[in-house]
Amino acid sequence: MNAKHVHQVPTHPLPLARRPEQPLPGPSDWSFELIEDYHRVIRDTAARFGLDTYPNQLEIITAEQMMDAYASVGMPVNYRHWSYGKEFIATEKNYKRGAMGLAYEIVINSNPCISYLMEENTMAMQALVIAHAAYGHNSFFKGNYLFRMWTDAASIIDYLVYAKNYVRQCEDKHGIDAVELFLDSCHALAHHGVDRYRRPSRKSLAQELSERKEREEYAQQQVNDLWRTLPRRGDRDTESHDIKRFPAEPQENLLYFIEKNAPLLESWQREIVRIVRKIAQYFYPQRQTQVMNEGWATFWHHRLLNQMYDDGYLTDGVMIEWLKSHTNVIAQPPVGHPAYSGINPYALGFAMYTDIKRICEQPTDEDREWFPEIAGTPWLPALDHAMRNYKDESFVGQYLSPRLMRELRLFAIRDDEHDSELEVSAIHDEAGYRRLREALSRQYDLGSREPDIQVWNVNLRGDRSLTLRHFQHNRRPLHDNAEEVIKHVARLWGFGVRLESVNDAGCVTREWSVPAVHD
Amino acid sequence: MLQSIIDRRLAGKNKSIGNRERFLRRYKVQIREAVRRAIDGRGIREIERGEEVHIPKRDISEPVFGHGQGGVRDIVHPGNREYVQGDRIERPKGGQGGGSGRGQASDSGEGEDDFVFTLSKEEFMQVFFEDLALPHLVRTQLAEVPEWKSRRAGFSSDGTPNNLHVVRSLRGAISRRIALGATSRRELRALEEQARELRRSLQPGDEIGRRELQRIEDEIAALRARLARIPYLDPIDLRYRSRVRVPVPTSKAVMFCLMDVSGSMDEERKDLSKRFFILLYLFLTRHYEKIELVFIRHHTQASEVDEHDFFHARETGGTVVSSALVLMEEIIRERYDPAEWNIYGAQASDGDNWHHDSGRCRELLAEKLLPLVRYYAYVQVAEEEQNLWQEYAQLQETQRHFAMRKATSADQIYPVFRDLFRKEGAKAA
Repeated sequence: MNAKHVHQVPTHPLPLARRPEQPLPGPSDWSFELIEDYHRVIRDTAARFGLDTYPNQLEIITAEQMMDAYASVGMPVNYRHWSYGKEFIATEKNYKRGAMGLAYEIVINSNPCISYLMEENTMAMQALVIAHAAYGHNSFFKGNYLFRMWTDAASIIDYLVYAKNYVRQCEDKHGIDAVELFLDSCHALAHHGVDRYRRPSRKSLAQELSERKEREEYAQQQVNDLWRTLPRRGDRDTESHDIKRFPAEPQENLLYFIEKNAPLLESWQREIVRIVRKIAQYFYPQRQTQVMNEGWATFWHHRLLNQMYDDGYLTDGVMIEWLKSHTNVIAQPPVGHPAYSGINPYALGFAMYTDIKRICEQPTDEDREWFPEIAGTPWLPALDHAMRNYKDESFVGQYLSPRLMRELRLFAIRDDEHDSELEVSAIHDEAGYRRLREALSRQYDLGSREPDIQVWNVNLRGDRSLTLRHFQHNRRPLHDNAEEVIKHVARLWGFGVRLESVNDAGCVTREWSVPAVHD
Repeated sequence: MLQSIIDRRLAGKNKSIGNRERFLRRYKVQIREAVRRAIDGRGIREIERGEEVHIPKRDISEPVFGHGQGGVRDIVHPGNREYVQGDRIERPKGGQGGGSGRGQASDSGEGEDDFVFTLSKEEFMQVFFEDLALPHLVRTQLAEVPEWKSRRAGFSSDGTPNNLHVVRSLRGAISRRIALGATSRRELRALEEQARELRRSLQPGDEIGRRELQRIEDEIAALRARLARIPYLDPIDLRYRSRVRVPVPTSKAVMFCLMDVSGSMDEERKDLSKRFFILLYLFLTRHYEKIELVFIRHHTQASEVDEHDFFHARETGGTVVSSALVLMEEIIRERYDPAEWNIYGAQASDGDNWHHDSGRCRELLAEKLLPLVRYYAYVQVAEEEQNLWQEYAQLQETQRHFAMRKATSADQIYPVFRDLFRKEGAKAA
């Protein structure tokens, strides 16, 4: 993306300049000076491994503030909405009941990269968080192609401030209820408000603002053109045999389509659709790189802190403490275990990066056969490449090694509703490696995790209803709350909405339809 | 690389409060219902407390498109122990694909669970008092705007004629006249003395003496004229009563609790009455900084008692309601000037009264008490309509700040209360 990108990863970690005379103190209480000291060492160690990061900004916050941040999707500012209140209440309740510990950290993909350190953490935990968030996640945000392509770290905070103020102004002008209902509807479609393949233009906030007015006028004009009801002379004869579909191609970005084409929206409503869409777009890379991102951060806090220990910076006590927490984070209970809740992304990601390093350093014959391009090469560039150029789906598809599948004892189960029993379709053996890897890769493909729903047609001449189509994958049906969702669509669209679920053969197997919703 | 370590701990706490308010706002109906139930079930002294609110999960879900059960799914799990490829496993009940992360346990455990959260004490009371307001209380509703009262603040040298203070002004004039004339009068007295001497010693034909006398007499005349020219009342003498406007806290209220403690009031009825008083009291605490309570209990005679005795002492005997009303009026006249106090009356009784007395009660209320109080509420804690009820019913038709209701069980108290003090114009709950 960035032509100026010249960051060069060293092939081997650079040597330590000078061993410290004594380790950093490891009291349980942290102090600002100690954080500075630890941070300096972590930074220098990270630099020796060639981690490229945005500048760091560490912020000390309380547990309550951590819950605040949780509730507003991890962002330091956001517009007001009841759902964030619900989130906050639930988080607070669980935390007070002791049902969950808070995450030790939240890190924001912004430039400078903001990491929150909770005041309750001990010094050892702060060191872990700094290594994990401020160097692990931070370098991932800066390096991974999805983040480079889709998000603009420099402007996100400004944009959120703008969004917050804009929503508040709308509330003042149009009433809290109207805005809240409208946001509910937008949120229902947020996951279907992202561009998957086209890079959004990167605009500064100033540009964004200056173009808003222009955009509002233009958009309304476009909409008006689309809905011109008076037939033009001469249209009559052509109309019957030339009924064009609109849109000409199915569109998967529902919110974008609505923003541009919904006939009745007022300009503030279009702007709110846009805000929800932009924020969803910002989070889109995060949803696709959970394993990679968490794995990368976990790998690096592990690597950096171990290195610091080897260099004589950390005491045994600090070491034991962060390792305990590290072990909890990467725990992977086996299927059937009461604590089992699917594959732990931290565990899988950490295991995969560690495995890549192993393949580079101590390849077996099997590794040479499966990974000829990295086996036996320096591990730092190999890891850097893996971090930069993949998302979860392709990362698993590319790097999950047979050895790791054996270690994790992975197996795939096929659940076919036409079948009375489940079938073990592949296990960690010679015959199953590729199928297993493929199945796990698909499991991380957002495209198959979330239903594929597209704008199919708009009845331009008739009742103006909107038709959406769900393209089934493996005959998987839509959840029943689809009906609720299309009510939201109908609110946005302003006229009736139909949803057709289409199977692999192209036949409509189920339909929902709701009439126009008028609040 | 490190820009800075920022200590945020003191800044921006409770950022989510706004979002929490939005949440409460959205689920007002459920929350109100929970509060209503809580009030019903609670002991009196526990009213001011938080409450757990349950909202069905489906009501607060945010629907998004998702996959349902069915179709073909491949799921990868870790921790294989005994399976080999091609093994067939019985489908776990509930149709879940082999525990796909959300096992059956969580399915049945979460499905229809309620979303539970705790309403803080403040939020609870807020809901409790919402859209209730004291009737006819426009003035106090604008409690933020202080009421002004002009107070005397000594005297000033300017003002309007109606504020002229005559005594002060004249007193000022006198002193001025004394002060201004003092020298002249002293001279005058000396000259008069001289003149008297001269006249006594004046020989006829003493031309010099006569001329001297003449000169002195002239001087005397001049002095007299000068003295006469001192004005009796000068504009600078005028004094006016000075008045300044000072804010008066209107937030003073007194609540009279009148209760029948005669033999027919059993414990249950007393308890009902008590709830009514406490609800009223709680409500008044929301509107006034300072509330005084006066407890008057009566059987055939009324007496003012303290709170404990009011609720707990037992009495027996007949009932003369008017005795309490008379006492209330006396206390108002003695201690609570209606101009300064917002007076509320709350009366609870089982409606039993000496039959000749009820008419008198109505007259007392209509003529003496109602003009003094802001609001008077009567609750009858028994079903039966006796003569007191009938007499009061006549009042209700003509008096706007009089209300009466019946309540026969604890769960009727709250609606009664709401009803009594419903904000004017608000829809019935």
